[in-house]
Amino acid sequence: MNKTATSNTHYTDSMIIEGMLSGDSQAFERLYANCYPSIMGMIVRNNGSEDEAKDVFQEAVCVLYDKVIAGDFSLTSQLRTYLYSVCKRLWLKQLKRSDRAIVEHNLEESEPEVALDLEVHRAKEVQFEQMKKALDRLGEPCKSILLDFYIKGLSMQDISDKFNYTNPDNAKNQKYKCLQRLKKLFFESK
Amino acid sequence: MMPGMLREYAKRKEFKENLQEARAQYFEENSKIKELDNKILINKHESKFLWRRFKVNAVAAAAIAIITAFSTLWLSGYYRNMEQSSSNYRELRRDMNTVKRDVNAQNKVLQGINPDLKNTAQNNFGATGFLISTNGYVVTNHHVIADADSVQLQNAGGQSYRASVVYMNAESDLAILKITDQAFKEYKNIPYVFKEKEAELGEDVFTLGYPRDEAVYGQGYLSSMSGYSGDTSAYQISIPLNPGNSGGPLLDSKGQVIGIISGKQAGLDGTSFAIKTQTLVSTLSGIPADMLEEPVGLPGKRNHLNGLARTEQIKRIQDYVFMVKVF
Repeated sequence: MNKTATSNTHYTDSMIIEGMLSGDSQAFERLYANCYPSIMGMIVRNNGSEDEAKDVFQEAVCVLYDKVIAGDFSLTSQLRTYLYSVCKRLWLKQLKRSDRAIVEHNLEESEPEVALDLEVHRAKEVQFEQMKKALDRLGEPCKSILLDFYIKGLSMQDISDKFNYTNPDNAKNQKYKCLQRLKKLFFESK
Repeated sequence: MMPGMLREYAKRKEFKENLQEARAQYFEENSKIKELDNKILINKHESKFLWRRFKVNAVAAAAIAIITAFSTLWLSGYYRNMEQSSSNYRELRRDMNTVKRDVNAQNKVLQGINPDLKNTAQNNFGATGFLISTNGYVVTNHHVIADADSVQLQNAGGQSYRASVVYMNAESDLAILKITDQAFKEYKNIPYVFKEKEAELGEDVFTLGYPRDEAVYGQGYLSSMSGYSGDTSAYQISIPLNPGNSGGPLLDSKGQVIGIISGKQAGLDGTSFAIKTQTLVSTLSGIPADMLEEPVGLPGKRNHLNGLARTEQIKRIQDYVFMVKVF
């Protein structure tokens, strides 16, 4: 198989991961096509519904994301194999929580590495929710100013124009206050 | 520190939104057409369930059957007669063989449906594909080989070849394989041709496929010029199809290939779909030349099947239609 194949053809695991990070919808599609069916099979065989399988899979992809962002995802195993073990673990937990029976007992075999990844993911998720809450409570125009500056990379001049400040310095001052307030809100909600 | 966390937050949010969107899209597309081959997968799982549940019953039933067979033979004096006349001996052996065959068959079933549980994550299933060029290019469906670790092709004669995936296109649901096996010898010609024009509504069509280990013939008619929900790259056909038929050739009465079987509509009988040959041809011409080791030489213009009786047509094509085994 030709390794240089581009879009619409063959995606390698690392191409899928890179594509997902850059928001390439085809990469997501390949991920689903490659990895989802066997995971759905595992969950459906073990007292789960297809909808539950979809949720578990989605969470597992977020676990993968956090791992990649943390920089410690190396493709030692296939992407599919990794997601499969994450899903296995997630599903096992859910089964135990809801007191449902485990059909296939090899479900209980655990990979210690995966448990660690789930911890990281949970911490990130908590942080994410915290930030979301803090931003919501921060309100406008603070929220937009911060997002425009830090995420969209607008200049202070642009921001000054957009929010009708008299000059960029004023805007900068406002941005600083907003950031301080966000910090406070973020740590308060802990 | 705060700006960094803000950036991280924004990126994660974007990723989550993309994922959510991809999920919605994937399942919307997949709920429309239940692909024939995934069905096999699920059926396999079901049979595993059944087997696990009724294992004890099944074994008990088999044991009783065997005991009954032998005790009936014994009670009817069969064994005594056997000693007297040697001509009956053969018959008994056949019975024994039958029993042995049954037991073997059961063992096979047992191994087949209750393999080491670790294997259950693997989806190996079968479908159909057919030769599109004398130098060993084979077409099948994208969904057949999407998960493939390795692909093998087997023709009606039982000859099995290793193949590699050369190209796949999820959009048109087509995949091109190339036989890479050393045992493969180039064919001199291919008996069928690709029909250039679109087929016509109501045309008599047939297919050959591998819903089981033996080639199965299916016959029907072209029931609509467009496929699932108005998809103009496909036909709707009315042919009884089963899991495993995917990727098989759809031929008209003259033996011209007019499509590739792709799926059927869940819950509706006799509503199956085939991708038009024109879609295949345009997909083929869209493959960058550097992806192919050698050009795909499409079937020639000479139709070797025109005017032949159906049974003869099938005989001619069956060596060119493969069971695609995906591991």
